[in-house]
Amino acid sequence: MRADTDTIDEFVASDYKYGFVTDIESESLEPGLGEETVRFISAKKKEPQWMLEWRLKALRHWEKLECPTWPHVKYPPIDFQDISYYSAPKKKGDGPKSLDEVDPKLLETYEKLGVPLHERARLAGVAVDAVFDSESIGTTFKEDLAKAGVIFCSISEAVQEHPELVRKYLGTVVPYTDNFYATLNSAVFSDGSFVYIPKGTRCPMELSTYFRINAANTGQFERTLIIAEEGSHVSYLEGCTAPMRDENQLHAAVVELIALDNAEIKYSTVQNWYPGDEEGRGGIYNFVTKRGICKTNAKISWTQVETGSAITWKYPSVILKGDNSIGEFYSVALTNNMQQADTGTKMVHLGKNTRSTIVSKGISAGRGQNSYRGLVQVGKKAANARNFSQCDSLLIGDRCGAHTFPYIEVKNPSANIEHEATTSKIGEDQIFYCNQRGLETQDAVNMIVNGFCKEVFRELPMEFAVEAQKLLDVSLEGSVG
Amino acid sequence: MLEIRNLQAGIEDKPILKGIDLSVNAGEVHALMGPNGSGKSTLASVLAGREGFDVTSGEVLYNGNDLLDLAPEERAREGVFLAFQYPVEIPGVNSAYFLRSAVNEVRKHRGEEELDAMNFLKAVKAKMKELGLNEDFLKRPVNAGFSGGEKKRNEILQMAMLNPKLAVLDETDSGLDIDALRIVADGVNRLKRPDNAQLIITHYQRLLDYIVPDFVHVLHDGRIIKSGDKSLALELEEKGYDWLVKEAA
Repeated sequence: MRADTDTIDEFVASDYKYGFVTDIESESLEPGLGEETVRFISAKKKEPQWMLEWRLKALRHWEKLECPTWPHVKYPPIDFQDISYYSAPKKKGDGPKSLDEVDPKLLETYEKLGVPLHERARLAGVAVDAVFDSESIGTTFKEDLAKAGVIFCSISEAVQEHPELVRKYLGTVVPYTDNFYATLNSAVFSDGSFVYIPKGTRCPMELSTYFRINAANTGQFERTLIIAEEGSHVSYLEGCTAPMRDENQLHAAVVELIALDNAEIKYSTVQNWYPGDEEGRGGIYNFVTKRGICKTNAKISWTQVETGSAITWKYPSVILKGDNSIGEFYSVALTNNMQQADTGTKMVHLGKNTRSTIVSKGISAGRGQNSYRGLVQVGKKAANARNFSQCDSLLIGDRCGAHTFPYIEVKNPSANIEHEATTSKIGEDQIFYCNQRGLETQDAVNMIVNGFCKEVFRELPMEFAVEAQKLLDVSLEGSVG
Repeated sequence: MLEIRNLQAGIEDKPILKGIDLSVNAGEVHALMGPNGSGKSTLASVLAGREGFDVTSGEVLYNGNDLLDLAPEERAREGVFLAFQYPVEIPGVNSAYFLRSAVNEVRKHRGEEELDAMNFLKAVKAKMKELGLNEDFLKRPVNAGFSGGEKKRNEILQMAMLNPKLAVLDETDSGLDIDALRIVADGVNRLKRPDNAQLIITHYQRLLDYIVPDFVHVLHDGRIIKSGDKSLALELEEKGYDWLVKEAA
């Protein structure tokens, strides 16, 4: 019915409440990428020679690579010489020694984003590392964590303070030759978080990094490295926002997780980069490589709620190297307006009795295009490997799209692989049914969407599950009239 | 309670209702009968405010106010309930959660306190017992995978919980076996009070063995061609609709 699609058409305009710009003096590098750029960043970070050399090797390799074209997304070619690769709030003197000395404007920014950093308002039980453009501006609860032997700091600091750990593990899961964007990141990464959990330790609080892009024409290339020693346990969450701008901005991150024997890493993402406007102007290009490796009996669990970005391109993956190791991927990806997402996971089974679970929920509204792309690979020696995949798509309105690209490669006959997929559409009849029971259309849509996503939400840490649900509601706001 | 005057409505340019006049007072049960395509379900849809139906003429007053001016959810909160001919499946949404949200919307509207999960469960379980429904209903997603009979019973449960002033039952009896029919009829009879009214749309006389209407109306080609008491329904059962249609022509 004609009238039906009209109401659903209105199911589009939503306000992005994190779109403000912080007016702060920044030190930015002129756009352009070459050896000097890399040397500048490395010098800025006072890095040791080995780090600089690693970056330069990555740069030389990158210069030989072509931008990938296989994802199911459309965008004009990116001019990599037109991006500034470094921008940081200007420091006075040597820079702040503690959070108390950080520019109040920065603290205010994080307060506005709902992540207060100063002592009295800190989120209880959550330690936060705040990354602003190319720099980490501070980390909360550092001392408390140090008591447990946990290291939680920016990666730049880790290169200085814990070079042996960084050198041992950086690039071991995502080598600098891995792919176009990961290689670019390896050359120019500016900051990110570093986590080290000692043997047998259960990290006493949630760790979290909040990424904020502020400067215009700047790319953010952060690098996160998490090392969980034998028998340790950590839960980590990242959040992301950016101002509303008419130009697209590039965010190309790399995350590496290392779970040694019997360790467990739970990595959750609530990604809310600026998605662009209704016509598809502006928004972040989110091209991210995330991968973890599991040793014997280890477990890595990725949970992501992706509501932002003009384009999302990421496949958080697990290499199940050790016997009996477990990989999990729970994802909700929402595309509204002109947003495009090509996201999924790779589960690489190498060890015996390895298990993996994939639950992907794609929601498309407006003219959004949502693709699930996943690889389940079972190696020759991976006896009794098991995988269960479930990919569900929900369509809202009739101008959006949902696509599924599952790849399965099995080299061991004892493997057990299950794949389920469904596609459904929020129908006018469902909405009318809810209306007739007294529910507003928006509440009805939120109820249906949340019902659709609940298997993923329940994997998020409690505090963030509520947040994620609200975020989803806001991202779908103003939709049905 | 409900005053329908010369109501004309249709889908796109096709007229379906061609001038309906009907008065329903508090405490009354009306049955609306008629052959397929006579406009029964269209009337139910127009009363509930379903999109895609255009009212071209006439008015509908509900407790003295213009019903057609209200959004569907406002009508619901004002006490208009439609038991759907084809109840809609909503996968992923838990039945108990759905029903509690609906009940609380109505309570909020009436200025009553919202029910918390505990009190709601107590209330709904009591109602289910009354209606002879199995408690596992509550744990399942709304209507998803329900049999036809279960869906209809779920409608009756929702009606009982929402306690409407005007209940419109759109062919609630279709596709029910005799036991389900009894449960549905029993639920409807329990709801009957001096301060509310029911409009029961049905194709067959069968349901009226269990629910005794005060008035029976026959709809044909978008008009009510005959009104009477319960005996009219029995006459229809015996002779079919043809004689009335001829008489009206």
